[in-house]
Amino acid sequence: MNFWKDPINVAADWLKNVFTGWGLTDPYATALVYLLGAFTMVALVMLLDVFLVWIERKVVARFQDRVGPNRVGPFGLIQPFADIIKLLIKEDITPAGADKVVYNLAPVLSLASVLLLWAILPLSALVYGVDLNVAVLYLVAAGALGTLAVIMAGWSSNNKYALLGAFRTVAQMISFEIPMVVALLIPTILSGSMSLKTVVERQDIWYVILAPLGFIIFLISAIAELGRAPFDLNEAESEIVAGFHIEYSGMKFGLFYAGELLHAFTFGGFMAVLFFGGYRFFGLEQIHPLVAVFILMIKALLGYWVIMWIKYTVPRIRIDHMLAFNWKFLTPMAFALLVVTAVMHKLLSGTQPWVYALGMFLSNVVLLLAALEILRTSARNQRRQEEAALSAIAQTSSH
Amino acid sequence: MHNEWLYIGVFLIVAGFIPVAALVLAWILGPKKPNPIKQSTYECGIETVGESWVQFKAQYYVFALVFLIFDVEAVFLFPWAVALDKLPLFVVVEGIIFIGILVAGLIYVWRKGSLAWV
Repeated sequence: MNFWKDPINVAADWLKNVFTGWGLTDPYATALVYLLGAFTMVALVMLLDVFLVWIERKVVARFQDRVGPNRVGPFGLIQPFADIIKLLIKEDITPAGADKVVYNLAPVLSLASVLLLWAILPLSALVYGVDLNVAVLYLVAAGALGTLAVIMAGWSSNNKYALLGAFRTVAQMISFEIPMVVALLIPTILSGSMSLKTVVERQDIWYVILAPLGFIIFLISAIAELGRAPFDLNEAESEIVAGFHIEYSGMKFGLFYAGELLHAFTFGGFMAVLFFGGYRFFGLEQIHPLVAVFILMIKALLGYWVIMWIKYTVPRIRIDHMLAFNWKFLTPMAFALLVVTAVMHKLLSGTQPWVYALGMFLSNVVLLLAALEILRTSARNQRRQEEAALSAIAQTSSH
Repeated sequence: MHNEWLYIGVFLIVAGFIPVAALVLAWILGPKKPNPIKQSTYECGIETVGESWVQFKAQYYVFALVFLIFDVEAVFLFPWAVALDKLPLFVVVEGIIFIGILVAGLIYVWRKGSLAWV
């Protein structure tokens, strides 16, 4: 094991030796190394977050046929730093009547819940925070913390708009967590493990090919979990002004904003890990661990771009439509997919890899077509009923 | 094994520390000139009537119950999914029957008309 092959772990071992040399016993030395590692990781992620602000603003500008920030620094790259300074020197306003502890805790929790996800994201085979054997459940749990932050913000602000935003968040969370959990079961079945590193290592064929429908369900429920358009009902500015963060200003708002952007990028990363082979790309990842990190970042950025693409293209969905879509379409489809995947995986195990892949892919396509056909038929029946009722009214009024 | 959770614990502290540090820095740097108008609740036209912490009708009460059942179900399904390769076909079918019972519950709620926003 030399420094060139595996810089992170060699550095960690070296640090641990240094700390042990100072007379620290093992658990403390390990904890100190972990502290430094976690701090480095969080600092780098926050730096990434700053540039995400720039990326988001540039991309939305392109979608709306504008140029975006281009004055401060080359291509406007220094703009987010200028924004941070502005946010820092703004007055810290707490509205009268707000529940002060919860009000101040909400933005912290909002960003912390996203940062926590980076503890389990495998950046490469050797560069990762921790390889939990229940990482998939951890992903769901940490995601729910972010929702809790939104509810706390809405409840403590002492504002009815904010409260409405929080109510909507509850409805959204209790709905879209079910398809998300079921979609997470698909890579678990295919890889036979809940550890994200094992999921990546067993993805000789990307799971998006084996379970395209699982990926679509995961993408939709991830967007809903993020609270981004078209599911951004908790901050719907045309109805409830800014929703849960209406009373937040300065750096507290900044934390919510940074948390939202980072959450989207992080889910891009998890989509890459679960469905797009993670840090692997046709053997390129074996050159160097940092090349693998680079591959994962590119994939995560593409996932983030898709989430932005959907956000700036699709209009907001009404809340009853959203719940109906989830409970009457997405959840049954997710469970059907789970059953089909389990059965096909069991039947096709032991066959040639290409037979297995083809069988999985075709079963997904057939299931999607069947689901869409059922949806079409039921919508047509509903429309006919409504038209019949309307024509009955028209006939009675003409007499 | 325990080291993994030690790392998570350390990460939790660091992840909480960074946002708190940002807020403290903003609190030190920013001006502090509060006045009653500035601290009043945001409104759009007319001022808020009554207090905000009111009782409300939970439209999604039944949704919440169904959610609870399915979320608990997920905990049972994860071990089943992990061990699927080693399980005999009989146990796989049993898992599917388990899913079927819960989906039947969903269909029951649906037919009762409880999955409608009222």
